[in-house]
Amino acid sequence: MADPNQPGGSGRDKVEQPSRRKFLVQAGYAVGGVIVGGALGSLIRPSKKTETAPQTGEGTTAEIKNYNRAPMFFNQEQLGIVSAATERIFPADDAGPGALALGVPFFIDHQLAGEWGFNSREYMSPPFYAGEKVQGYQGRLKRREMFEIGLRELENYSQTKFTKGFAALAPEQQDEVLKAFESDEVKLTTISASGFFKMLRSSTLEGAYSDPLYGGNADMNGWKMRSYPGNQMSYADVIDKDFSVIAPSSLQDHLSAH
Amino acid sequence: MAKTLPKTDVVIVGVGWAGGIIAAELTKSGLNVVGLERGKERKTEDYFMVHDELRYGLRYELMQDLSKDTVTFRSTEKIRALPMRSYGSFLLGEGLGGAGVHWNGQTYRFLPYDFQIRTKTIERYGKSKIPDGMTIQDWGLTYDEMEPYYDKFEKLTGISGEPNPLGGKRSADYPTPPMKKSPALSMFSDAASKLKLHPYMMPSANLSEAYTNPDGISRAACQYCAFCERFGCEYGAKADPVVTVLPVALKTGKFEIRTHSHVRRILHQGGKATGVMYTDVTTGEELVQPADIVVVTSYVFNNVKLMLMSGLGKPYDPASGTGVIGRNYAYQVLKGNAAGFFDDKQFNTYAGAGSLGVTLDDYNGDNFDHTDLKFIHGGSISLSQTGMRPIANNPVPGGTASWGAAFKANSVKYANRFLSVGGQGSCMPFRHHFLDLDPTYKDAYGDPLVRLTFDFEEQDRQLALYLSGKCAEIMKEMGASHIDQLKELGPYEITTYQSTHNTGGVVMGASPDTSAVNTYLQMWDAENVFVVGASAFPHNSGYNPTDTVGALAFRAAEGIFKYRQKGGSLV
Repeated sequence: MADPNQPGGSGRDKVEQPSRRKFLVQAGYAVGGVIVGGALGSLIRPSKKTETAPQTGEGTTAEIKNYNRAPMFFNQEQLGIVSAATERIFPADDAGPGALALGVPFFIDHQLAGEWGFNSREYMSPPFYAGEKVQGYQGRLKRREMFEIGLRELENYSQTKFTKGFAALAPEQQDEVLKAFESDEVKLTTISASGFFKMLRSSTLEGAYSDPLYGGNADMNGWKMRSYPGNQMSYADVIDKDFSVIAPSSLQDHLSAH
Repeated sequence: MAKTLPKTDVVIVGVGWAGGIIAAELTKSGLNVVGLERGKERKTEDYFMVHDELRYGLRYELMQDLSKDTVTFRSTEKIRALPMRSYGSFLLGEGLGGAGVHWNGQTYRFLPYDFQIRTKTIERYGKSKIPDGMTIQDWGLTYDEMEPYYDKFEKLTGISGEPNPLGGKRSADYPTPPMKKSPALSMFSDAASKLKLHPYMMPSANLSEAYTNPDGISRAACQYCAFCERFGCEYGAKADPVVTVLPVALKTGKFEIRTHSHVRRILHQGGKATGVMYTDVTTGEELVQPADIVVVTSYVFNNVKLMLMSGLGKPYDPASGTGVIGRNYAYQVLKGNAAGFFDDKQFNTYAGAGSLGVTLDDYNGDNFDHTDLKFIHGGSISLSQTGMRPIANNPVPGGTASWGAAFKANSVKYANRFLSVGGQGSCMPFRHHFLDLDPTYKDAYGDPLVRLTFDFEEQDRQLALYLSGKCAEIMKEMGASHIDQLKELGPYEITTYQSTHNTGGVVMGASPDTSAVNTYLQMWDAENVFVVGASAFPHNSGYNPTDTVGALAFRAAEGIFKYRQKGGSLV
C-alpha cells in the first residue's frame, strides 16, 4: 500500500547556493559600459549580498527540514487514495522516482487549498447549462469539490467491484478502476468521471515537474530523471551545441544566490 | 454621477503594443496623452522569479482574470453560447504592456498577397475559387504602402533576422543579425534545402546582440533561457512595450498612464467622440476622461465590445451580411504539424527562445499553385525552439497510453529526443463567423460578455492536412525514427491551447460598407475615433500578427497627428 507519509527523499532538501554574479559578468550584461536588463542589471553592481556569495560553484549546503510536507486540504483517507492513484499514473521505474517519491500528493493537496482549488480566477458565474464538448467545462463545482467527489467515487467503485478500498487494491486492480474512470465507463451524476481523471493526470505531471517550491519534484528528481536543467540564467553558451546534461537549479537556488 | 476629469488631447484605451507606440509617437510630436490600462503596472524587475512554468505557464499569472471578464463561445448560431470559464484555445493579456509582455517575439511581415487577397485570388484563379460565404476582401492599402511602417516597428524592436527569400521587398535589412542556430534548427534548414525549399531564420524580437533603437533605448542580447511565451523577459532582451515605447512616451512629460482603469464606454455626440467613461477598479468609482481624440487599442474582443457598448459603428448582422462591428472574425489554423521522435539523437531543447526558429514560406500565401487545391492561402512552416518545459511537453509516440508505466518510460525517454515541425495556417473570414454581445452572460461590471461564433471550415480542414503533409516530408528528411502527423483537423474547440492570434471585428478597408475603419484606422462613422490592433485585420495570414499590428499602429499614429492638424476624414 502506498504510504503518503513516507515519500522518498522528502524529509530533507539539499540547498545549493551557487553565485550568479560571475554569470552576469561573463555574459557581458552591459552595453558599452551601461548596465541594461532590469531584473538582473542591478546584480552587477556590488552589493553586500553578491559580495558575500561564493564566486564559483563550490557552494554551501544546508540541511533544512521540510515542514511543507503536511496536508492543507485532504484528510488522511483522501491523501492515501491520491497517493495510490498518482503513483499508478506516474509510477516509479528504472528511470527514476514516481509520483509518491516526488511528493505529488502533497503538491496536489497544496494546490487545492489555494486559488486553483477555488477556481478563483475563472468565470464561475451562473447560469450553468450543459454544453457541447467543444465549449469546455460548464459545471458549477470547483476543483476542490470535484476532487472530493472524485476520490469518494474511486473508493465506492473499488468497494463495489473488489470489496476493498482503492488504496488497498493490487496495482492491476487500481489500473482497472482508473481506466473505468478515464473511459467514462463509470457513470457519475455530479461530475464527469473522465474529466476528473484528466485533472488527476494533469496535476500529477504538474507535481512531478513544477519547481520544488510547490511541494512536488522532490530534490528536483523529476527534472534530473529527464535531464531538464530547471531554472538557468542562460543557455547562450550551449544553444548552438549538441545535447549536454546540465545540473538542475531551482528557484530557491536563484533566490538564495542573490 | 460620474466625475469628469480635465480634458486631454488624446486618450488611449489599453496600453500594449498599439497603445504604447501611438503614445510614444504622439507625445514626441507634442500632444498630451492619457493612457488607460485596466490591469496593473508591470516592470522588468517583476520577473526575477519568472522561470516558473507552473505559475506563468499553467496558472496564467500574466493573463486576464477570467472571473471578471471572458467571452462566450458557440460553433454556430444554432446553439447556445457558453462562457469560456477557464483558459484553453487562447490567452487574454492584461496589464501594462498587454500581451506584448508575454509574446514569443516572432515578428513576420504579411505577404503582398495578403493585402490584395481578393483581387489577386480572382486574378489568378477566377471568382469561383472563393467559396460561398468566404468574405475575404482587400485591405485598402498595398504591401508597398505598409513597408515603411513595418520597417519602423522592426527598428523600434531591433528585430534579429535575415530576409525572407519569398517575402515582399524590404527597404532595409533587419537591424540585427539572426539568432544563434541550434543543431535542431540546422537539421531543419538542411532538410528543407535538400527538398528545394527556402528556409530562413525566424525574425525575432529576442535580440541576437545588444541594440540601441532610434529612440535611444538600449537592450541586451537574449540568453536563450527558454521562458518567453506566457512569461515576461527578466533581461529586457525580448522587445515589449514596457522596455521600449513606454519610457520614451513618459520621458516627454506628456504621457500619463493610469492603471486599474477599465474603460467601458466611448462617449460621443453628433458623430464625434467626446471622451471615455471608465471604472477605477480599485474603488469602483466611475470617471469620465474627456479628450479630443479617442484611440482604442485593447485586445480584439474588447475593441469590439467597446464599439458595440458605445453604439459606435453599425453592428454586423450575419443574416443580411451587412454592418461592420463584429464582422470578419478570424483565427489561426495551428494543428497542421508533424511530430518527430529520434531514437538515436538527443537535443538541447530545454534551451531556446520564443522566436528561435527557422521558417519557410513555400506553402504560404499564394507562393504555390492552388489550382488543384480546395483551399486558398496557406501557412508558414517552422521548426521553432522555444524551450520544452517539462510540464507542458511530454510527447510520446502515437499509440502510447497517456498514463502509467509505458507513458512514463516513453515520456522520459523522448523528453530530449523530440522535434516538431509546425504549420501556422492562415484563417479566412466567413459570413457566419462573427463577434457580438452575449444576451445572457455579464462581466464584473454588469456589461455583456462578447460572444464568439466560429468553427473550422472545409478551407481550414484542407489547409491543415496539406500543411501537416508538408511538415511530415521535411521531418522524414530530417531522419526521425517515428513521425506522427495530423489525420483530421476536427471541429474548433475552445479547451486546448492553439494560438492567441484572434483577429477582425473592427476591420480596415476602402469602403464603409465592408469596413469599420479606413486605412489609417480612423472610424468611418466617427472621425476622431481610431481603433487599432489585430481587430483591423480583414483576414489572418499564415504568420504571427504582431509585426502587422505594430506597423498599423505607426500608420495610425501618423494619421492621428495629421487629423489633429487638419481634421476630417483622412482618406
